[in-house]
Amino acid sequence: MSNYEKIKEHIAREEMVARAIVVHAPEGAAIGAEMLVYPDGRTDGSLGSAQLDQGAVAKTLELMQRTGSKTYPIETPAGQYEVFVDVFPPPPTLLVFGAVHIAIPLVKFAKECGFRTRVIDGRQKFLTKERFPEADELIEAWPDEIVEQNVKIDANTYIVILTHDEKFDGPALDVSLPSPARYIGAIGSKTTTANRNERLRKAGVSAKDIARIHGPIGIPIGAKEPAEIAISIMAEVLAVKYGFDRPKE
Amino acid sequence: MQEVLPTIEEWRAEGEDIALATVVKTTGPAPRFEGAKMAVTRSGKLVGSVSGGCVEGAVFEEAQRVLRSRKPKLVKYGISKESAWDIGLSCGGGIEVYISPLE
Repeated sequence: MSNYEKIKEHIAREEMVARAIVVHAPEGAAIGAEMLVYPDGRTDGSLGSAQLDQGAVAKTLELMQRTGSKTYPIETPAGQYEVFVDVFPPPPTLLVFGAVHIAIPLVKFAKECGFRTRVIDGRQKFLTKERFPEADELIEAWPDEIVEQNVKIDANTYIVILTHDEKFDGPALDVSLPSPARYIGAIGSKTTTANRNERLRKAGVSAKDIARIHGPIGIPIGAKEPAEIAISIMAEVLAVKYGFDRPKE
Repeated sequence: MQEVLPTIEEWRAEGEDIALATVVKTTGPAPRFEGAKMAVTRSGKLVGSVSGGCVEGAVFEEAQRVLRSRKPKLVKYGISKESAWDIGLSCGGGIEVYISPLE
């Protein structure tokens, strides 16, 4: 099986894999040697020497934390090589608490941006295929049932809490904050946000955890309509994905 | 990769000879990111992009040579005005594109 076919299978299974390729070699040496690298450090193939392989694995594992693709210079006794590391990450997941009106365009935009989308709500009549035709999964559950439902929240998960009612925000944050989620955003005005943060502080949630919550959610673009607010939220999610997020004032 | 994969799969089913071009390095402003891909067939089909349309034509020609030689190649575009490459990027940046036959 060729490397292309192996990568294709990993993409289909939504498992991360990277391909390291020698793209520049010292005079007289060939380019084009390839090696596959897996997140646990296992490899398949060789770039031609132990130094190159070890160097490439170290860089690949580092790059997998941020995803993306990059070329690295690697020094060997034979001279300087350049190895391109191409990471094929599984698609990120957008987990939406609240099948509310903003969730409808948000799920559409997220799907368009390559995200898997899952919407959680305890109210069956809002959580319908008619309202969310693009959603990959509709999960009928109240936030405090999420743990029992065993909803997977990993470092590739982006959580958007749209319930803006403390009865639901609270449990949604309770499951989100201890998770390794890449992004946690909660809708609400500055007042709602301040009240929520105060409530969390009193409940013993650390300042570090509270600071993880993006609120008021979204980048400021003056959005008013549901679709506009969804764009503002999606823009913030993408900013975090690409490491462009800045702390709010 | 995901954006070109479905088309590549169709081509493979049709028995096309395919070369894959990948942006492996960018300097300064660049219209596409490292990892961006374009696939080309010997019969002249093309999918994906490695720039905003600035060097696709040149990459297509290089890909044809790679398909004949079966040897991968690294090509640089728009590094500087003085460079030997006559195909530039209007944004003032530079990209390096790795082209290899898709096995």
